[in-house]
Amino acid sequence: MTETIKDKVRAFVIENFLFGDTSYDLADTASLIENDIIDSTGVLELVAFIEDHYGIAMADADIVPANLDSLARISAFIEVKAGATVAA
Amino acid sequence: MCGFGGYFGSVREAEALLKRMVTAIAHRGPDERGTFVAPEAGLGHVRLSIVGLGDGQQPMSDATDDLTIVFNGEIFNYVELRDELRAKGRHFRTSSDTEVILHLYDEMGEDCLSVLNGDFSFAIRDARRNRMMLARDRMGVRPLFYATRGETLYFASEIKALLQVPGIAAEIDPIALDQIFTLWAPIAPRTGFRDIYELEPASFMIAERGRQTIRPYWRLDYPDRDATSRFVNECDAAEELRALLSDATRIRMRADVPVGSYLSGGLDSSIVAALAAGMAPQGLRTFSVTFDSAEHDESAYQMQMAAALGTQHSAVACRAGDIARVFPEVVRFAERPIIRTAPAPLYQLSGLVREQGLKVVLTGEGADEVFAGYDIFKEARVRRFCGRQPGSRIRPHLFRKLYPYLPGLQQQSAEYLAAFFGAGDVPLDDPLFSHRPRFKSTAATKIFFSPDLRASLAGYDAAEELASRLPQDFGRWHALHQAQYLEGRFLLPGYILSSQGDRMAMAHGIEGRFPFLDHRLVEFAAGLPPEMKLKGLVEKHILREATKDLMPEAIGKRTKQPYRAPDSLSFTGVGELDYVREAMSEDRISAGGLFNPRAVAKLYEKCQSQPVSGFRDNAAFVGILSTQLWLKTFTGTSIHTAEAA
Repeated sequence: MTETIKDKVRAFVIENFLFGDTSYDLADTASLIENDIIDSTGVLELVAFIEDHYGIAMADADIVPANLDSLARISAFIEVKAGATVAA
Repeated sequence: MCGFGGYFGSVREAEALLKRMVTAIAHRGPDERGTFVAPEAGLGHVRLSIVGLGDGQQPMSDATDDLTIVFNGEIFNYVELRDELRAKGRHFRTSSDTEVILHLYDEMGEDCLSVLNGDFSFAIRDARRNRMMLARDRMGVRPLFYATRGETLYFASEIKALLQVPGIAAEIDPIALDQIFTLWAPIAPRTGFRDIYELEPASFMIAERGRQTIRPYWRLDYPDRDATSRFVNECDAAEELRALLSDATRIRMRADVPVGSYLSGGLDSSIVAALAAGMAPQGLRTFSVTFDSAEHDESAYQMQMAAALGTQHSAVACRAGDIARVFPEVVRFAERPIIRTAPAPLYQLSGLVREQGLKVVLTGEGADEVFAGYDIFKEARVRRFCGRQPGSRIRPHLFRKLYPYLPGLQQQSAEYLAAFFGAGDVPLDDPLFSHRPRFKSTAATKIFFSPDLRASLAGYDAAEELASRLPQDFGRWHALHQAQYLEGRFLLPGYILSSQGDRMAMAHGIEGRFPFLDHRLVEFAAGLPPEMKLKGLVEKHILREATKDLMPEAIGKRTKQPYRAPDSLSFTGVGELDYVREAMSEDRISAGGLFNPRAVAKLYEKCQSQPVSGFRDNAAFVGILSTQLWLKTFTGTSIHTAEAA
C-alpha cells in the first residue's frame, strides 16, 4: 500500500518538478527543498495534488516540511491522513 | 552618447570594416557617423548629439593629430575641467566634453581617469607612444567589449559590431550560460560569447605591440566593520547626502538638448525627478510604464508624483502580449540570455521617450545598491536573526513582511519559510551569505541543462568563482556592506546597467543618466554606518530622511516595491505565439544542444496550463526562451555544440 502511494507521489514529483527526468537520483528521504526540487509555489502545487488525488483536506498546520519535504514524509502523511481509503 | 568600434593592429580593408562595425550599432548614434584610419589603428563612431551639437564630431583628433579619440557617454564635470585646463593655457577648438578628455590625456596620460566624473567608455589612439588606450567608467554604465584575433585587438560598444570582424563568430560560452543561470549575469570580463570580453568597470587597457595590460583605476570600497565612522550625527549625514545628490543631479542636467526623467512611482526616481524639476525652469518631462496587472502597476503613484511636481508626464502601457511582442528585439539588444522579462518594458519606455523627441533621461537607478534598498539586504538580516534561534516558530514570520507582493510566500508556515530562506543553513561567515538563497533558487533552473552541457561544465560552480573574485579585505567589512558590494560590483554592471539599462535605452538612441551613481555619492554612502542605510528593516533610511521634503508623504514612506514584470505568463497568457512555439519546440531545443528537449516541452506545457508559476519555472522559461532566441539571432542557425571553454 505504502509503495503505491509513494510511487504515485514519486511520479508526480518527477513529472511536475523534475519535468520527466527519471534519471534524477531521488532518494525517498531526500529533502525536496534542499535539493532545489520544490519552491514556495511548488509546495502549493503539491498540496493541490494531495487534496485532489487523496481527498484529504489539508489544514494550514499540516503544510510543514515535517509532513511534506521528502517522498517518504509525504507518503507517510497521506497514509496516516487517508487511512484505508487510499488503498485503492 | 554614442557608440564606437575600432581596432589596433593590422586589418584588411580597414575603412569597410569600420563602416560595417558602426553600421551594426547605428541605433546608438542616429545623428552622425565618422571613421578614422591610420597605420595599424582604426576608429569608427556613431553619434547621438547631446553636448557640443555643432562641433563635437568624432573621431576627434587633437591639434597635433597625434591623439585621436572615440567616446561614448558624458563627462559631467567637463565644464570645470575645461576651465582648469584653460587656466593652464590650453586652447579648445570645440565646446564638447570629448575634447576635454583629449587634453586631459595629453597632460596626464591614463591618470586622467581619476578626475573624470561621468559615464563613459572611450578609446584613444596615441600615435606618439604607438598605443591604444581603452577605458570605462567606474560603475559600468557604458559598455566596452573587445576580442583579439592574431595580433590585432578589436573593440566596440556592443558585441554585434565585433561580429562584423572576419574571424570573430558568435558562439555561446557555456560557462557564461551557467553563470547567467546562477547569478543572473556573466562574471566580467566574460560575456555570453566565447572569446569576446568586456572591459570591467573602473578599468583601463593599454594596448601596445600585440600586448594588452588591464588595470583598475578605482574600486568600490567599504570601511572595516570595527572602524570608527566619521558620521556620528544622522542630520549632518543627511545634509551632506542631500548636497551631494543635488550636485550629482545638477551636473547631469548639463546638455544642449532637453533632459527628461523616468518616474516609476517609487522613491528613487521620485527623488531624482523632484530635484531635476527644481532645476528645470522650462519644465520637466517625465516618463513611465504602466501595467495591466495590479500586481505590477504603479501608475497611481506615478500620477501622484507627476501632479506634485507639475511635470508634463507621458506613460506607455505594457499590456498583455507586449512583452512577448518585443522580446526577440530585447534579446538582440541585450546580446545575452536573460532570466527575467524586466528589460522588455524598459525597451518600450525608451521607445516612448524617443517618440516624444527626447534623447536624455535621468533615472533613479543605483539608489538601491548605494543606500541598501533591495529586499535581499533585509532578507539577509532576517536570516541572520533566524539563524540565532534555528527552532523559532516566530522569527521566520518576518520573511512574510519582506515579500508582501509574493502570494505564494504569504501562505507558507513558519517552518517552510525558514526552510526556503535557508535560515540557519548557511554559515554566517560565508562571504556569499546574503546571496546564497538567490543563487541556489536560480541555479535550480539548471535542471533543464542537457546532458552534454552538464558534461562540458564538469562540476563548474559559478558561485565559487564569484567568491574567488572578492577583494582581500572583503571579510573585514560589515555584513551589509558585503551584500552591497555583491550587488554594486557584479549585478549592477552585469545586469541592471546593461541588460536593463544601456542596452534597452540605446536600442532607441536614449541616454540614461544616473545621479545615484555619481562616484562622489557612491564613496560617501559606502562610508556611512550600515544602520543609517538599513535601519531595522527600513531600507534607504538616510536617503528618506535627506529627501522627505521633496515628495508627498505617501511616496516618501513607501516600502520598496521591486521593479518586476510578468514572466512566463507574458508568453503563455496571450495564446500560442509562433516564434515561442518554434523556439521551445523539441526540434529546436535538440538542435541548440543546450537543454533537455523533453523537459522543456513539459515546462512549456506546465506554464501554459497553470497561470501561476514559481520563481524556478518562470526563470527557466524566460532563460531557455532567451537562449534559444540568442542562438537564432547571433549564430543564425540555432545549432550549437556544447563544449566548455
